[in-house]
Amino acid sequence: MSIAFSNVRRRGAEIPNKLEMTMMGRLARWETLLVCVVALVFFLNTIASPYFLDVWNLSDATYNFIEKAIIAFAVALVIISGEIDLSVAANIALSSTIMGAVATAGYDTPIIVGAGLLTSLACGAFNGFLVAKVGLHSIIVTIATMSLFRGISYIILGDTVYKNYPDSFAWFGQGYLFDAFTVEMAFFIVIAVFFWMLLHKTVFGRQVYVIGNNKTCAAFSGIKVQRVKFSLFLLSGLASGVAAVLLTSRLGSTRPSIALGWELEVVTMVVLGGVSILGGSGTILGVILASVLMGLVTFGLGLLNVPGIVMTIFTGCLLIAVIVLPRITKLIMSHSKKTK
Amino acid sequence: MSITMDVSAPATSGVARATSGDVHADGRAQEVNNCVLEMRGISKTFPGVKALDDISLKLYPGSVTALIGENGAGKSTLVKILTGVYQFDQGEIFLEGKSQRFVSALDATNAGVTAIHQETVLFDELSVAENIFLGQEPRTRLGFIDWPTMEANAAAVLKKIDADMSPKTILKDLTIGHKHMVAIARALSTDARIVIMDEPTAALSSKEAEELYELVDWLKSEGKSILFISHKFEDVFRIADRYTVFRDGQLVGAGLLADVERPDLVKMMVGRAVDRAFPKNNTPGTDVVMKVDNYCHPTEFDSISFELKRGEILGVYGLVGAGRTEVAQALFGATTPSNGTLELEGEAVEIRSFDQAISKGLVYVPEDRGKQGVTLEMSIAENIGMASLKPTSKKGFLDLAREFEMARKYADRLDLRAAALDQPVGSLSGGNQQKVVIGKWLATLPKVIILDEPTKGIDIGSKAAVHGFMSELAEEGLSVMMISSELPEILGMSDRILVMRDGLIVGEFDRADATPEKLVNLATGNTQ
Repeated sequence: MSIAFSNVRRRGAEIPNKLEMTMMGRLARWETLLVCVVALVFFLNTIASPYFLDVWNLSDATYNFIEKAIIAFAVALVIISGEIDLSVAANIALSSTIMGAVATAGYDTPIIVGAGLLTSLACGAFNGFLVAKVGLHSIIVTIATMSLFRGISYIILGDTVYKNYPDSFAWFGQGYLFDAFTVEMAFFIVIAVFFWMLLHKTVFGRQVYVIGNNKTCAAFSGIKVQRVKFSLFLLSGLASGVAAVLLTSRLGSTRPSIALGWELEVVTMVVLGGVSILGGSGTILGVILASVLMGLVTFGLGLLNVPGIVMTIFTGCLLIAVIVLPRITKLIMSHSKKTK
Repeated sequence: MSITMDVSAPATSGVARATSGDVHADGRAQEVNNCVLEMRGISKTFPGVKALDDISLKLYPGSVTALIGENGAGKSTLVKILTGVYQFDQGEIFLEGKSQRFVSALDATNAGVTAIHQETVLFDELSVAENIFLGQEPRTRLGFIDWPTMEANAAAVLKKIDADMSPKTILKDLTIGHKHMVAIARALSTDARIVIMDEPTAALSSKEAEELYELVDWLKSEGKSILFISHKFEDVFRIADRYTVFRDGQLVGAGLLADVERPDLVKMMVGRAVDRAFPKNNTPGTDVVMKVDNYCHPTEFDSISFELKRGEILGVYGLVGAGRTEVAQALFGATTPSNGTLELEGEAVEIRSFDQAISKGLVYVPEDRGKQGVTLEMSIAENIGMASLKPTSKKGFLDLAREFEMARKYADRLDLRAAALDQPVGSLSGGNQQKVVIGKWLATLPKVIILDEPTKGIDIGSKAAVHGFMSELAEEGLSVMMISSELPEILGMSDRILVMRDGLIVGEFDRADATPEKLVNLATGNTQ
């Protein structure tokens, strides 16, 4: 990996905007590695299963990751700001339960969706209040609310199921646009673009990075740290709500165990996407690639009839491998330099 | 090309004298002279910058070598290489004649190299004894820490350096001076042969500095090799025997301190003679821009009242802990005063948060640059634009072109040195980082700027630049409140001087009336 070195320090107005970099230097990014791994997994899948390269199958494959990816975008922002939200899956459970209750009461799709999103926002606001205003640690707050939200949903549902959703509700999770795109895919693209713009193109996104890198300096620079953090928890709440709508609509039913354990898969996606768990760095592109990668892996394994438990082992190994790979490369490179 | 400058060993050692000439003639000559550590042709490159270029350095037992250079000259990089934090790209390090490479901090410690940093790397929540023996605690047979032995050993080491403190004291309860003593005690406990002191006096009062000098003398008498890094020439001439000067990552001079004059060293350091006269061209106006009336705080300060005029530089002098920073931060909205009013341009304002202060045109350049001033991981442009995101953006969307343009404007104005505006601020030297912080605040177009120790820990060249634009800004009508512990700076730059002691304003002087003696006597409470 050669990054152009320059001994020249320019002064004042002569300082260029960007450092000259070689092609290699520009490509030496986490995202490049992810693209390569995605291509590799795609290739392996094609070899492993004759059913993989089928438009309908591939379109189905997207269900594996879209709902999680939507949450992962929001959680990525939360993690970049130096916090974490582990209550997202429990938030889905509670929002889905409320939607089920509203549907059972006989209301129509718009009201159901509205109730789901409001519930998720309320959950996000509760997290945000405890973290940003009260000043508690987000990891503790969201572990607590993780039990709280799902607990409420267990109390409401017990071992029963809500499945009285109107037919029109199925559009979100099972519908198609122009006979080619799944509705979920469209949601995914729109939301991905939204988060990409939000993180990389807006003042808000910049503030998220500053807070994640140095929140004291952010505050001293007049950035309203508490407000930004509160908004981030609202956002991750809302993203959970959207995921809840899509998932509930796709499954057509709600059990309190819905989306159980998703918070870990979401965090895995975010970290795999190159977001620093310590905050301050990461990109939406990385998270998109990581979600596609995880989707392809689980789908490919599914086609090979690998059971779910083994799949989680696989994702765990994948995460370790991708994170360890650059370090090993670095070690080998520095070693070969030494022996030269 | 290698510049191997040899510094001959002390005259007391006849053997060393006889052999040092060989080394001079041939860098590869046999290592029979008595230098403990030698660095030869060391180079280190970072993205965008060559931090060290073919550096050589020698350290001798029982001798203090001062490492002098502007910020960004490569001193810190050298220290990090010696302590195993960074790996060098080229060159060799010889420890008592044997080639050595420090792969980790532990390696360096085992080899007898220890460093005492400007901001001491100790653990605030641990006791003095734990800090001294961290990582090498005496164990009982069951593998637990043997507390009585550890505390007894700590007491013994502390007694050796005449430090008056209990090994059980929790470190955060100590003064900076005492923390330095703990760091030195730690160095002694590891049986270090080479002690690196990285600007140890930067945060010390003159009395504490004197205690430190005595410690250094003592270390010397114990036969340790000391590498002493400092910006202060008083330090260097007080305790060093030899000097080595770096400039822009290169070695520009080395020798015995007895053979060199102060102006020559300064010349070597900056590559030009520096005029020590302070640039001062502003004349204060008559209208009051900021009026503070009876500001009080339950614990930190009391009845603070003063006025700041347009285009005036108001110096605030006092010892560390006199409450100056606390007053400044209360004005900026970090803490809420229990009583008192503030007027800006005749209008009563209440500032309870940073963004309120900024929108009212009052900004604060903090003393703690790394934590409060800059975000080291982010770029120069992002840092300069950080407090002006509203004016540079369009409807909440970033306008990078405009941000770069603004960053370039202030980079030019403040004579910033950098490779590119998207370079992380952490890769700049302290002086240039400070320029970035000041640039960030100027970009908000303030009316009042409070500078808290604006030249602390930065090199002479950057210092002169900071003083230069401070005067320029005041000339243009900005009101400057400058908190400083450096007498020359206070006397040289201020139109008016406030002296603080124990949270109170104890004196006010016009530029013409102020003398160093008056200020020091007031600040220290010395009535004679």
